Amino acid sequence: MDWRDEGVLLSVRKHGEGSAILEILTEHHGRHAGVVRGGGSRRMAPILQPGAQLSVEWRARLEDHIGSFTIDPVKSRAAAIMSDRAALAAMGAVAALLTVGLAEREAHRALYQRTIDLLDSLGETPDWPSRYALWELALLTDVGYGLDFSECAATGATQDLIYVSPKSGRAVSRDGGADWADRLLPLPRFLRLDSAEEDMAEVRAALQTTGHFLENWFMPTLGKQVPAARVRLVSALGKQS
Amino acid sequence: MADRAGNDIERLIDLMAKLPGLGPRSARRAVLQMIKKRQLLLNPIQQAMANVSATVRECTICGNVGTTDPCNLCQSPDRQTGQICVVADVVDVWAMERSGVFKGRYHVLGGLLSALDNIGPEELRIPRLVQRVADEQITEVILALNATIDGQTTAHYIADQLERSDVTISSLAQGVPIGGELDYLDDGTISAAMKARKSF
Repeated sequence: MDWRDEGVLLSVRKHGEGSAILEILTEHHGRHAGVVRGGGSRRMAPILQPGAQLSVEWRARLEDHIGSFTIDPVKSRAAAIMSDRAALAAMGAVAALLTVGLAEREAHRALYQRTIDLLDSLGETPDWPSRYALWELALLTDVGYGLDFSECAATGATQDLIYVSPKSGRAVSRDGGADWADRLLPLPRFLRLDSAEEDMAEVRAALQTTGHFLENWFMPTLGKQVPAARVRLVSALGKQS
Repeated sequence: MADRAGNDIERLIDLMAKLPGLGPRSARRAVLQMIKKRQLLLNPIQQAMANVSATVRECTICGNVGTTDPCNLCQSPDRQTGQICVVADVVDVWAMERSGVFKGRYHVLGGLLSALDNIGPEELRIPRLVQRVADEQITEVILALNATIDGQTTAHYIADQLERSDVTISSLAQGVPIGGELDYLDDGTISAAMKARKSF
């Protein structure tokens, strides 16, 4: 068995003295693990940092074996974000959520492309925090917890949708949610329109909403808690204006 | 009797093979060499290991290992410079001491934050560091942590924790190593070196 693909490095674990087990989110083969001979060496350490874009060849005798990777670095992303605590936390949150949240060997091409776009924007474009919130929304959709912002859950209205129901994950309009606004989650405009946004107050509101569904819908089914890196990200973004 | 001696040797080889850098074959060669040089190697090694086993302990102040608690570095009044160098592991203390460039005290975290390995602040000695900064009239905390995602995540976390204390927080520079050739450096290191360039 063998294939070639490209992907984002999610995690590296030492295996024996000199090898490492890598988990990579590939475009066509999903989250996939494999052993890299010599992957635990110091020479490979700069290349094997989470977030790195790698060209990989996977080989195994049988398909259900863990197999081994031969890797070729395409792009390093770690150095660009090391001095930016929020971007670093975002990278950690992306890697942790994908590692715990995606089934192995199941392709998620749309999410893969969004992940690449997000990681390339970290620390590079000022609107990356909003792209991160949109990425979480895409992750929830891909794993079966998609939110529905098409119309108001209470009135059926398609205009002035400013809330999300924490129970159904559906949008609620200003009029429809007037009586219980304090119990509804915010629906920032950019989240509904799937467009980037630089207003940090809007981004924080979006992360409150996606965070609710990560914490109460997605993570409990995995028996996990929201990754610490996401908590750090929210904290770091809370200090930005 | 001969069988038992053979078993003991095999057990020693098995134990040696568990050490980093040694496999079964190299452990076998090392044990054979010790047996051949019993007076020169085997007996002194046995004695030294027994001594270390009896006396080694972790310093309750900095987390370094030594034969006393507090360790020699924490006891030395010459090192009371107001600077603490934060490192991930004891091996990093040894590396810094080899260089001889730092004359202050250390704080060994005992690892790095890692979401995937479930290592949080509670598993590290971060609360103790915050306490030391408050108690020991520290003026500068030097974060000498790995230039990796986990290392820098830990550095930022510590900086957050020390935000309210009145200390200077610095970190080691990142860039081209001594003797490094640009052609052999990865793009991340070159990028970090470019960002940290200084006037010449």
